[in-house]
Amino acid sequence: MTAEIAEPASKVELPAGVGGGGEIPTFDVHLRVRRYNPEVSEEATWDDFHLTMYGTDRVLDALHKVKWETDGTLSFRRSCAHGVCGSDAMRINGRNRLACKTLLKDLDTSKPITVEPIKGLPVEKDLIVDMEPFFQSYREVMPFLINKGHEPTRERLQSAEDRERFDDTTKCILCAACTSSCPVFWTDGQYFGPAAIVNAHRFIFDSRDDAGDMRLEILNDKEGVWRCRTTFNCSEACPRGIQVTQAIAEVKQAILARKI
Amino acid sequence: MTATIESPRSGRVAPQYRRNGGSRGNFEMIAWLFMRLSGVVLVVLIFGHLFVNLMVGEGIHAIDFGFVAGKWADPFWQFWDLAMLWLAMLHGTNGVRTIINDYAEKTGTRRWLKTVLYAAAVVIILLGTMVIFTFNPCPVVDGVALPGGFCPA
Repeated sequence: MTAEIAEPASKVELPAGVGGGGEIPTFDVHLRVRRYNPEVSEEATWDDFHLTMYGTDRVLDALHKVKWETDGTLSFRRSCAHGVCGSDAMRINGRNRLACKTLLKDLDTSKPITVEPIKGLPVEKDLIVDMEPFFQSYREVMPFLINKGHEPTRERLQSAEDRERFDDTTKCILCAACTSSCPVFWTDGQYFGPAAIVNAHRFIFDSRDDAGDMRLEILNDKEGVWRCRTTFNCSEACPRGIQVTQAIAEVKQAILARKI
Repeated sequence: MTATIESPRSGRVAPQYRRNGGSRGNFEMIAWLFMRLSGVVLVVLIFGHLFVNLMVGEGIHAIDFGFVAGKWADPFWQFWDLAMLWLAMLHGTNGVRTIINDYAEKTGTRRWLKTVLYAAAVVIILLGTMVIFTFNPCPVVDGVALPGGFCPA
């Protein structure tokens, strides 16, 4: 075992002219938000907001600023605001991302920043979509441990290698960024979608689980894994960096290996 | 007294969950596997076909009616072309079927497009198979050999 080097104390170099805390740079952003209110109109429209934001602000902060200071009717979901709950997936500049993980300074602030609801799910108001089709697919793959053996008196032990097998797919936060970036899901709402397959993968390859065959049978459906066209939109959209397309390919292989 | 609060759904896209156990079966898996396997075989068949026709001997300048007739006199090339015809047609048909499934939004449109697709595939496969096996380089009509300059007098 190697001796660990102690981490040096953090130190911030400040320019000579700055006293106290460093000043955070500000810049102007032009936010274009897709608005939809079924009580007013069946048509969705774009609303523009001009804001002065800080270099440390995220898209979510800009939306908060609009909602709290300009237009209280703007509706969007967010809970933890720190990239864990998966509530605020939206289409920012045409890409699915979490508003709470996207820094404004990383976007092109010389052009309007567009914010739309995620595609493929029915919009309820502004940036809020009906997640029910998404969660229905999720429920159908039985995303819970099924073990037919005797219940152990202590925890179910697993080797580090067995745990590593499905480590990537345990990271899912069910934000729907992957499923709503999938072109097959856009045109065919019946497709299970990447998120459901990822969560099935998490249990199919878990050595403690006994219902892998059942899940493979469910995903061998006409609307299951074979609808995947490996366009990699889901892998690119995932805010947790899950290799979604690879997980789907592994499930395909597992189904083939079981049948042949 | 109870009041009914209307569901706040947008009404534009009614979410319908029509997935059921009825669509089980291995067809999609076999179709997926067939695409991969036939793709590999087709690469060999097509490049072999192109190499023999365009590169070997005099190459492209040797291609004429006689060249094709000569090839189809050999059962090896009959089988080669038959395999190429069947695999390419099934591979292509399955690919277009997939595209129709992906992009046709209405059930009626999907069904109609697939009917046309399958009809075209069946006609071409049957016609091609018939030509490969019944091809006669020296047809004789009413006791008179058709002109061609290839057949022995």
